[in-house]
Amino acid sequence: MATYRFRVNGNAATVDSWDPDQPLLYVLRNTLGLHSAKFGCGLGQCGACTVLVDGKAVRSCVMPVRQAAGRAVTTLEGLGGAVPAAFIAEQAAQCGYCTSGMVMGAAALLAETPHPSLDRVKQGLGGNLCRCGTHTRILNAVMRVAKA
Amino acid sequence: MHTMTSLTRRGLLKSGGALMVSFALGAALPKRSLAQNGPGGPAADVDSFIAIHTDGSVTIYTSKVDIGTGLATAFRQTAAEELGIPVERFNVVEGDTATTPNHGGTGGSSGIPRGAADIRRAAATARQALLDLGAKQLNRPAAELTISNGEVRPVNGSQGIAVATLIGGKRFSLKVDPQAPLKDPATYTVVGKPILRADVPAKCTGRHVYLQDLSVPGMLHGRVVRPPATGAKLLRVDESSIRAIPGVRVVRVESFLGVVAKDEWAAIRAARELKATWSEGSGLPGSAGFERTLREGPVDRDQSVANRGDAPTALAAVKPLSATYYWPFQSHASLAPSCAVADVKESGTTVWSASQNPFGLRGNLAKVFGIPQEKIHVIYMDGSGSYGGNGSDDAAADALLLSRAAGQPVRVQWMREDEHGWDPKGPAQLLDVRGAIDANGNIVAWKTEMWLPGGPQGERALLGPESAGLAQGHGQNAGAMTLNTDPPYATANLRVVAHSLKDTPLRLSNLRAPGKIANVFAVESFTDELAVAAAMDAAAFRRRALTDPRAIAVLERALAMIEWQPRPSPNPKAAVGNLHVGRGVAYMRYKQAENYVAMAMEVAVDRATGRVAVRRVTCAHDCGLIVNPDGLRNQVEGNIMQTLSRTLHEEVMFDRSRVTSVDWASYPVLTFPEAPAIEVALIDHPDQPSYGAGEAASAPVAAALANAIFDATGVRLRIVPFTAARVKAALRA
Repeated sequence: MATYRFRVNGNAATVDSWDPDQPLLYVLRNTLGLHSAKFGCGLGQCGACTVLVDGKAVRSCVMPVRQAAGRAVTTLEGLGGAVPAAFIAEQAAQCGYCTSGMVMGAAALLAETPHPSLDRVKQGLGGNLCRCGTHTRILNAVMRVAKA
Repeated sequence: MHTMTSLTRRGLLKSGGALMVSFALGAALPKRSLAQNGPGGPAADVDSFIAIHTDGSVTIYTSKVDIGTGLATAFRQTAAEELGIPVERFNVVEGDTATTPNHGGTGGSSGIPRGAADIRRAAATARQALLDLGAKQLNRPAAELTISNGEVRPVNGSQGIAVATLIGGKRFSLKVDPQAPLKDPATYTVVGKPILRADVPAKCTGRHVYLQDLSVPGMLHGRVVRPPATGAKLLRVDESSIRAIPGVRVVRVESFLGVVAKDEWAAIRAARELKATWSEGSGLPGSAGFERTLREGPVDRDQSVANRGDAPTALAAVKPLSATYYWPFQSHASLAPSCAVADVKESGTTVWSASQNPFGLRGNLAKVFGIPQEKIHVIYMDGSGSYGGNGSDDAAADALLLSRAAGQPVRVQWMREDEHGWDPKGPAQLLDVRGAIDANGNIVAWKTEMWLPGGPQGERALLGPESAGLAQGHGQNAGAMTLNTDPPYATANLRVVAHSLKDTPLRLSNLRAPGKIANVFAVESFTDELAVAAAMDAAAFRRRALTDPRAIAVLERALAMIEWQPRPSPNPKAAVGNLHVGRGVAYMRYKQAENYVAMAMEVAVDRATGRVAVRRVTCAHDCGLIVNPDGLRNQVEGNIMQTLSRTLHEEVMFDRSRVTSVDWASYPVLTFPEAPAIEVALIDHPDQPSYGAGEAASAPVAAALANAIFDATGVRLRIVPFTAARVKAALRA
């Protein structure tokens, strides 16, 4: 059983994993009790598990825990700031299962490009799927921050 | 280290134990119990729907579930309006078989017209009781009193008394009075307002607790190993294949194969790596050419859906137009694979599920597992959107099987390939339409013939119990598939026949607006084809055949929003560089009896690639009285976006043994770069009944899109999905 050390939402975390290839998602959810990142596909195709690793959006369902060692992980529980507030203001959720991943993807995009165009936002969220069809509101939420 | 749990069917039934004597109720609501409130009963008591607490807060109890639709918010508004208590004080308990009344499952857009209506009548009865109680306390006749801001007070505004003081923590002990006076909608102050949903802030900050996040003491993680071919029997399991994975137990009940482990990742790896030998499957016809299978398959029953005048004779007298439309099997493709937690104990079984019908699930589990219904407690928790019957109920049965074998609570979450591969599917549909117009462009005759996969109606077999060899029904429950098969336009001669086949290759269930999307696709595409034959503008052709003012109002509104220029299709000036641009329109009244929806679209088709870009959608929507315009708008937008996805991309593919579209690459859905601008106009009729809006706006989407593509290219697409490859091939044909 190997031990991995990294930072999660600003705090030091030490976790054991019997398998170095265990995806970070399960460590976050089951070992650390952080449930915002969701299991959607386990294939890196839908974005529901998106977290930030050293500020970049990462699909935690396909990132082995060993690759997180020594790095800074941020989940939606530790994000704060303007993006979640904009999603709330636009009521940009239906079932909300994709929302955590959307917010994290949008936060990473906005950190890199603070004032993106609508087309840039659409491209940036191209790998985040929403099945309820809340796209219009999600785009409005991200553009609300982009235009601020 | 492994221990193999292998049970026979007899052993499984026996281990359920019939000697349970008591049933522990949820600790969260200690005051509610089966005996006191009659939950699950005929839902006739005020107390089964509404409890006013000592602190002035109010709980609404309902078997209808929200799943992100905003239904719970509409319930809060409805009850708040009748009771005169601020909406912020209301919370909603959904779908708990121990504490909520059973006034039906969630589906068919019935949440508002039936669910909210039940709550409204209960609240109206409670209002009368509160006025009577206030009358005694204030020594004034009830007729001189009103309730506002949570206080019963004289209409003239002097000192009142809080409802919590009158009844807080106590029961009304009253039957719901269907004659209780209802508030006049003209005086509404809460219904009709865009009250914000209470669940959204937690969803946007990662704090909303989903079923998938639930953990109970002693819980194991389970995964099910599905056969490589539908109907294959399990012959052998080689446990040594997962020796390296710690703490896994294999569960086998006949051909039901699963694993449980304390560690979720161990369960996932074990399920993936466990070597099992299976028999050949029962065989599938394959999705390629399934139109032919539908047309030629043995028919179980024919249904005459509409028959007016003499359509066959009228069509024989002229040269009719005819066309065939096909809609493929589609998956609910829920973003969250289905999940459940089950805890099977001697004292009773608890199942946490995102089922849209918790009481129905309880009844089904009781029957299939031979457990008395009162010994099963089903508790709804939010999952992801399910849009009908996804894999939730099957996952519940999986969890129950695994918990029973393991003797501990078990959480099962399906993997992506389980959800795409094994959720019951929205049925495929094949429609032949024939019709004729006279010299003035009037529709003189119309005939629709439809083929549906089928089998007897009734309870669908649950996957796990089926593999475990448990006796159960084998019905299909995709319902109301034949509505909207007839045109909404005046015609003297009309005939609609639906052929339901004896069998279906894939299990069926309701998928949002079941049947109606494909039916309106056929009817409104064909209407366009008739307009083209008449060399008339598509909107004008429809407008002159409509008489209902509400139908005309939505049509004209959608057209005005998109600045529709009357002219026949196709667009004479379609070519813009490499793109061909066009517009289309579709209208329908949902189930021919509910919401009026008209929709117009602008598209650009890339002739080189066949790619269809939807640029703009306008939609006018009339559902009668609007309870919450923001929630309604969210539903309408979602209907449009999701159905664009279904029309452009979605088809369940299967070969001779199994479903092969098992992830988001092989079953793609609409992505952000494809998302069009959507403009929605809501037409409010406070004096009219309120219809549900969870489905209606999805029905005209495919037709409006096909009509716009025809306008842009002159090519008529009659087979869904409109993939780039299919469009490109059609353009070259």
